[in-house]
Amino acid sequence: MKKGMKLSVAARREENWGWIMVAPTIIGLIVLNLWPFVQTLYTSFCEHLGFGHYKFIGLGNYIEIFQTPEFWKATWNTIYFCILTVPVGLFLALLVAMLLNAKIKGKGIFRTIFFLPMVCAPAAVTMVWRWIFNAEYGILNQMFGTHVNWITDSKVVMIACAIVAIWSNIGYDAVLLLAGLQNISKSYYEAANIDGATKVTQFFQITLPMVSPTLFVVMIMRLMSAVKVYDLIYMMVEETNPAVTSVQSLMYLFYRESFIAGSRGTGSAIVIWTVLLIGAITVLQFIGQKKWVNYDV
Amino acid sequence: MKRSASLEQSRKMTTILTYVVLVLGAIIMIFPFIWMILTSLKTVPESMKVPPSIFPNELVTGNFGDAMKSLPFLNLYLNTGLMVFFRVICAVVFSSMAGYAFAKLNFRGKNLLFGIVLVQMSLPSQIFIIPQYQMVAKMGMANTIFALVFPGLVSAFGVFFLRQTYMGIPTEIGEAAYLDGCNQWQTFYKVMFPLTGTSVAALTIFTAVFAYGDLMWPLVVNSDLTMMTLSSGLATLRGQFTTNFPVLMAGSLLAMLPMVILYMIFQRQFIEGIASTGGK
Repeated sequence: MKKGMKLSVAARREENWGWIMVAPTIIGLIVLNLWPFVQTLYTSFCEHLGFGHYKFIGLGNYIEIFQTPEFWKATWNTIYFCILTVPVGLFLALLVAMLLNAKIKGKGIFRTIFFLPMVCAPAAVTMVWRWIFNAEYGILNQMFGTHVNWITDSKVVMIACAIVAIWSNIGYDAVLLLAGLQNISKSYYEAANIDGATKVTQFFQITLPMVSPTLFVVMIMRLMSAVKVYDLIYMMVEETNPAVTSVQSLMYLFYRESFIAGSRGTGSAIVIWTVLLIGAITVLQFIGQKKWVNYDV
Repeated sequence: MKRSASLEQSRKMTTILTYVVLVLGAIIMIFPFIWMILTSLKTVPESMKVPPSIFPNELVTGNFGDAMKSLPFLNLYLNTGLMVFFRVICAVVFSSMAGYAFAKLNFRGKNLLFGIVLVQMSLPSQIFIIPQYQMVAKMGMANTIFALVFPGLVSAFGVFFLRQTYMGIPTEIGEAAYLDGCNQWQTFYKVMFPLTGTSVAALTIFTAVFAYGDLMWPLVVNSDLTMMTLSSGLATLRGQFTTNFPVLMAGSLLAMLPMVILYMIFQRQFIEGIASTGGK
C-alpha cells in the first residue's frame, strides 16, 4: 500500500514535469498555429472590411475565386510546376546519387558543390538566374545564339522557373537518395554479376526497388514544397511583368490578394484551397505507392 | 583471359564516364556562382557587351559600394543574424524540453497534445500568415526583430525531430540518473540533453538555413528598409535596379556570403545535418 502511494506520488510528479516541459511548445502552437488556422478558415468565409474588421459572407469568396480565370490559371500553374520539376528533378538527383555512390575520388567535393544552392537564400540565387536568363545580355542566349525571352515570354517563363527549382534542389535530394543507396547490401550486386545480369537489369531489379522507399519520401517532400512554391517565382517574375499571370503559383496569388490587394478573405480561401490540393495529392501518392514502393526487404 | 581484359576496360570506361558526367554537373552547379562573382566585378557597359566578356577587363569594386548605398546592409546583417539567433534558441530550447517529455515521460493528454504538433507540421506555413500578421500588427510590433522571430517562437518540426532522438536513447540511462537522486528536470538537463548534440546541431543548421532564406514573412511584416532581412532586402533591390546587373550581383553576393562562409567551414555538419532532418 505504502509502495503504491509512493509510486503514485512519483507518477504525479512525472506528470507535472511532462506538462511543464511541453507547456511552452503547446501554448506557442495554440497561439501561433492552431488559433490562426481556425481564424484563416473563418476568414475564408468573410469579407475583409479593412483594419481587421470582417463580415461573414458564407461561401462568397469561394464562389468568387472559382469564377476567376486567374485563380484557375494559378492552380494549373502550380500543378504544371510540379509536373515540370518533380519527375525531372528526382531523375537527375537519383543519377547524381548513383554516380556519387560509385568508387570515385573527390566524392566530398562533388557533394559540397551539388549541395551549395541549398544554403543560399532563394532570393539571392534567383537573382543570378534572372541575369543568366536575361533576353538581351544574358549569357544563356548569347552562348547558344538564341533570342528566347526567358522571363517575359508567357510560354517559356515557367520552364525557366522550373530549371532554377531543379538546379536548387538536386543536391539536397541526391544526398538523401545517396543515404538510401548506401543501405543496399553489396551482396545483391555481386550475386547479379555472377548471374551475368547487365547494369541496366541490375538498376531495375535491384537499385530501383531497394531505393524506392527513400525515393517515395523525397518525392512526397518535393511535391509538398512544389505546391507551396512562392519565393522563387516571386523573385523571377515581378508583379509588373506581363508574364506574371502565366507563371504565378497559388501562393504567389495568395500573397498578392492578401497583402497587396488587401482582400484577406479571398486570400484565405486560396490558402484553404491549396491545403485541400495538398491533401488530395498526398492521398493519391499514398494510393499510388502500393504499385511501386517496395517495403519487403 | 581476354574476357577479363575487356571487362577491365569496360570498367575503366564506366569510371571515366562517371567522372565526365559528375564534372559536367558540377560545372553547371557552380557556374551561376562564378558568373555572379565575375559580373559583380564588371562595369555596367562591360556586363552588357555582345559577345560577352567572361573575365572583367579591370576589376571594379564600386558595385559593392553602390549596393551598400542602396540597401542598409549592416542593418540587414544584424536583423537576419538576430532573427536566426533567436529562432534557433527558441527551437532548440523549447523543442528539446517538449521532445524529451513526449519521448520519455508519461502524462495525461500526451497523445492529444502531440497531435497538435503533427497537425502543425502537416499544414503549410502560409495558412497561419494572415492571422499571425494581424497579431503582430495589433501588438504594434511590426517592423521589429520580434516580428521577424514571431512565427519561429516554437518549432513543431523541432519537437518531432528531437522526440525521435530521445526515443533512441535507452530509458535505463534516465532511470539510473533518477535513482541517483536527480529529479525529472535534472535528468533531462544534466544527463539526457547532452547526449543529443548531433541532433541539436542538425536542428540548429536546419532552422538557420530556412529562416535565412524565408521571404514571404519578412516581406509582409517588416516594410521599413532598415528592419528587413537579407532576403527581403534583396527583393527590394531587384525593384530598384532592373537592368544594373553588376549591382544586383554584388548585392546578392553580399546577401548570401555569411551562410556560404559558414557552409564552407562546417560542410559535413551542414550536409549531414540537413539530410538527417530530411522528409521536411
